[in-house]
Amino acid sequence: MTDAAKTPTARGAKGVSLLAPDAHTRKRNAAEARFRIYGLVAVGIGLFFLVALLSSIVMNGIGAFQQTGYRLQIELREDVLDKTGTRDIENIKKVKTFAYAQLIRAAMLREIEKAGIDTPLAQAKVTGFSSDLDPMMSDGARAHLRDLVLADPGLIGQTIELRLLASSRVDGYLKGRVSRDSIARDKNLDTVHLDLVDALRSVGVVNTAFNPAFILGSDASDARPEQAGMGVAILGSLFMMLVVLVLSLPIGVASSIYLEEFAPKNRFTDLIEVNISNLAAVPSIVFGILGLAVFIQFMHLPQSAPLVGGLVLTLMTLPTIIIATRASLQSVPPSIRDAALGVGASKMQAVFHHVLPLAMPGILTGTIIGLAQALGETAPLLLIGMVGYIASNYPDGVASGFLDPNSAMPAQIFEWAKRADPAFYERAWGGIIILLVVLLSMNFIAILLRRRFERRW
Amino acid sequence: MYDTPFLERNIVTQEVKISARDCQVHYGDNHAIKDVNVDIEDKTVTAFIGPSGCGKSTFLRCLNRMNDTIDICRVEGRITLDGEDIYDPKVDPVQLRAKVGMVFQKPNPFPKSIYDNVAYGPKIHGLARSKAELDEIVEKALRRGAIWDEVKDRLTAPGTGLSGGQQQRLCIARAVATEPEVLLMDEPCSALDPIATAQVEELIDELREQYSVVIVTHSMQQAARVSQKTAFFHMGSLVEFGETGQIFTNPRDPRTESYITGRIG
Repeated sequence: MTDAAKTPTARGAKGVSLLAPDAHTRKRNAAEARFRIYGLVAVGIGLFFLVALLSSIVMNGIGAFQQTGYRLQIELREDVLDKTGTRDIENIKKVKTFAYAQLIRAAMLREIEKAGIDTPLAQAKVTGFSSDLDPMMSDGARAHLRDLVLADPGLIGQTIELRLLASSRVDGYLKGRVSRDSIARDKNLDTVHLDLVDALRSVGVVNTAFNPAFILGSDASDARPEQAGMGVAILGSLFMMLVVLVLSLPIGVASSIYLEEFAPKNRFTDLIEVNISNLAAVPSIVFGILGLAVFIQFMHLPQSAPLVGGLVLTLMTLPTIIIATRASLQSVPPSIRDAALGVGASKMQAVFHHVLPLAMPGILTGTIIGLAQALGETAPLLLIGMVGYIASNYPDGVASGFLDPNSAMPAQIFEWAKRADPAFYERAWGGIIILLVVLLSMNFIAILLRRRFERRW
Repeated sequence: MYDTPFLERNIVTQEVKISARDCQVHYGDNHAIKDVNVDIEDKTVTAFIGPSGCGKSTFLRCLNRMNDTIDICRVEGRITLDGEDIYDPKVDPVQLRAKVGMVFQKPNPFPKSIYDNVAYGPKIHGLARSKAELDEIVEKALRRGAIWDEVKDRLTAPGTGLSGGQQQRLCIARAVATEPEVLLMDEPCSALDPIATAQVEELIDELREQYSVVIVTHSMQQAARVSQKTAFFHMGSLVEFGETGQIFTNPRDPRTESYITGRIG
């Protein structure tokens, strides 16, 4: 601009070629080129971090979906499990997991013998009571076997082929998390165990396979990370999302329709509007402590219940849904309202027949984004105790409904990340993958619904 | 119709359909309409002309209480339809709007099929007892909107897919489908090209046989072509109201003369 002011006639004068850009144009073009480079760099940095984040999540967490196990031929000896031979379920129930551990040891020793592996751990094979082998097995393996027998006592006396979980350290060795160096200071497992695992692996007794129990199973105690799964937490999140959807969608949509279309514009409604916008910015932990005070301490609803979690998350989601709904109602052109009123429709008919269908894609997108936000929320759940430790699935477990103690996906991830054993750390990352998959599929549904409804325009 | 000299027009005075007395409109602090007195006749096209912002559209919207939807708008005075005060608290504006239809400046078909666009009004007013009857109403309205031949094969196509002129005629068909007695048109041709404008003007002339039509227009030629009565608004006041021929050839007020000769506006 200053150039132009100094030499006002230079550019306008005759004889200036269009083929050679003047200084002012060159400067302008350079500024534009610079801006494009800034933009590309910014997008590039964003993409780099996204890729780095996703790849680290996948690399750290994918292991949780695979679990190491032994394929063993287990002889369910009648003299151990049912000494009376009557197959009376009460008698069989008296047999504790300790007895089942013997059967597993015996089966393991047979495999070692069959493969001709020479290991000091098999020295006590004559008795079949070599407890040296136990650190290789999951504590859950014997319980799993016992459950199987209790469910079908007819199995006693037979030899069954079964895949039983390895301990988390053996699992870590196969996945590269545990090495011979790191095991040196570990009291639970020796290098002789690892030698045996290597030998068993070469004959195919030990292998790593897909682990559905991580997605469907329940949480497990500190001692057996190999057993822990997200199933119950997924169920808890699902219950909460149902509560949130059922409460926040009708309340949010109804209040925004009223505020946007029917309410008089005065100071009171202005105040309500400002407060709704402010609510959207309130930290989630505040809603958590509100839920604790109102729903649990005042209304005496049960702790750790998905109903309470859902109520708290509803409070959190409502402002998001109301803001999104109002924005999409506002974006419907006023000419449509005029048209409807012009042919003699009432206000309500105009809104429900014409405005609402057009605002639907925006409302649904806002709702699903609000739900996704609620699904990933952890802090308020910690305050109302939605971090229940539930170690067995429905129907044996307690997590069967809206009022039973439960956990939620993000709370479960938080719990696992807190625990000391690195095997839980892997599970926390795996839980994040599940959570992300659920969130992405919700967003995908939002896009699909949007497309579906927008076609009517 | 375009070539008829004003003075040769056969002027027949019809009975008064809408009458406004001392009508005042306030938008908040803004006094938008001042002391308007006008009698709109049945089976006549009345044109409202005037420069932008003179209040002609505002006054038009008073006639079917569309201004009710604007919170800050306040209407005073007495406006009667067939002698009944339309601002009487007992009057339901919804019922009024069924009698006084409206066509807007921008064609605004619903984002639905052509059929549904026209059928919506009759449906909500319960004018049809059966599907066949509704079909008949839709066909009649589309024929009266002079668009039937163009859309009869694609009634299920979206109304928004039509051209601008077709959309506006669809909106007129939609307005007449509820069997109104008065048709208000707020600059119906401002978004249309000359050919579509000619079609709509022709349509307005036909509609005059059954309805009282009030049209707001920026185009003085259009007012001269289609209307029998013309009202000239300026700064919120009704400056002059009379036979179209008289307004355009022999205006009484100097402001009217300035406007139609292009000196103001």
